[in-house]
Amino acid sequence: MSSEPEQESIRCLVAKVGLDGHDRGAHVIARAFRDAGFEVVYSGLHKAPEEIVQAAVQEDVDVLGISILSGAHDTLVPKIMNGLEEYDAKDDTLVLVGGVIPEEDRPELEAEGVSAIFGPGTSIEETIEFVRENAPDR
Amino acid sequence: MNADDETLLAELLEGKHRALARTISKIENRAPGYRELISELYAHTGEAEVIGITGSPGAGKSTLVDKLAETYRERGETVGVIAIDPSSPFTGGAVLGDRIRMASTVGDMDVFVRSMSARGTLGGLSTATADAVKAMDAFGKDKIIIETVGAGQNEIDIVRTADTVAVLVPPGSGDDVQTLKAGILEIADVFVVNKADRPGTDRTVQELREMIELDSGGGFGGSGHHGADAGSDGGGSAVATQDDPEKRATWTTPIVETVATDGTGVDEFIDELAAHREYLVDSGARAEKARQRSAEEIRTLLREDVHTMLEAELERAGGIDDLAAAVAAGETDPYTVADEVLSPVEDCLAELETRNP
Repeated sequence: MSSEPEQESIRCLVAKVGLDGHDRGAHVIARAFRDAGFEVVYSGLHKAPEEIVQAAVQEDVDVLGISILSGAHDTLVPKIMNGLEEYDAKDDTLVLVGGVIPEEDRPELEAEGVSAIFGPGTSIEETIEFVRENAPDR
Repeated sequence: MNADDETLLAELLEGKHRALARTISKIENRAPGYRELISELYAHTGEAEVIGITGSPGAGKSTLVDKLAETYRERGETVGVIAIDPSSPFTGGAVLGDRIRMASTVGDMDVFVRSMSARGTLGGLSTATADAVKAMDAFGKDKIIIETVGAGQNEIDIVRTADTVAVLVPPGSGDDVQTLKAGILEIADVFVVNKADRPGTDRTVQELREMIELDSGGGFGGSGHHGADAGSDGGGSAVATQDDPEKRATWTTPIVETVATDGTGVDEFIDELAAHREYLVDSGARAEKARQRSAEEIRTLLREDVHTMLEAELERAGGIDDLAAAVAAGETDPYTVADEVLSPVEDCLAELETRNP
């Protein structure tokens, strides 16, 4: 029936990738997203890029937030982006990166398809606002 | 069905993961056209074995599901998991954490894990779960596991969409078992005492055993275990195979001890699940269950549809807020309001009847 109300919710995967045990930031974001009314899947620590891709594809998330503080972003993020592409998920997933990303590495990540990079000091409101405005309309 | 959905359906049946994921999103979102999509899926379902797993928070459900999926994969079967977590009644937000425990099968795309949470409507999640099961079934999954916290009627409705229901009881929950009695005991086809390396296991197993014996010897006659619904004529299924004494005509809930973290007892658990499946097929209870489930699905759909239609009628009558304010102000009462809102609908139906006697 066409008049049935849609019940959409923004779905996010908050992911920790690689050898990086710092998950306070990821937890704070996961909570903030939940309180903003999003559905949040949290990956847990030490995930391989393929695991992140698997979760993002199966959960059909609108937003993939990758938290990296290890400095390995320039190897791990492209692997994730390629994996998403393999499953036709790259174009309509909003990919965000949070963590310590040096200024000179940013253009490369953006060229890979990362929509935004949030460094230290970013306010939670700013991140939520960005997700609300840019979550893909499917 | 529009061209996009046609493509989606074709891709899902071909086994494209993205298409399955997107179909489940459409089901969750109640996106336009999702009904036609599920109608089309129906023809391709009925092969999968659907297992429901429930138990109190921290009982070890996700860990056990992980081991179950791993073992099924070792046996060459494909697995779908639907993990259900509660959502906040205030913001609608949710943290879906079951995936973290699903560590044994990561990187194996033939284990398809999907997290879902309630999105508001009454009974909506059990419908969405049943539909997601249909999608995974049509996709070609051999085993589909539904995992949910057993906390209330909603969860019980969800888990009842499964063919076989396993209830996890952690050891040392003597008094908890008492509280489980009312709702959860009746739906268990298999009891799992998980964390069986902990003290109190023997006692919990003993208590469960006593409860089961009491149940099967008592007035319930064990009929609660083969009919999914006490209101059904479940007695018929028990005698269906009496001419063949080899086949099991009744089911006594077994108790399995497991340690999910190291996989102890998982094989026995799988054997019991398979035995129950066999019982369902042999006794005819499976067909009976399927029929009840379809009846329930039709009822739920109709209820939702009528509800949606009435929303519009409610708007015409002045909107729920104004009507509620009128009741609060003592001008009217809920019964009168309901009658007034319904009366045009009743008139229409009456007119239909006179036209098509």
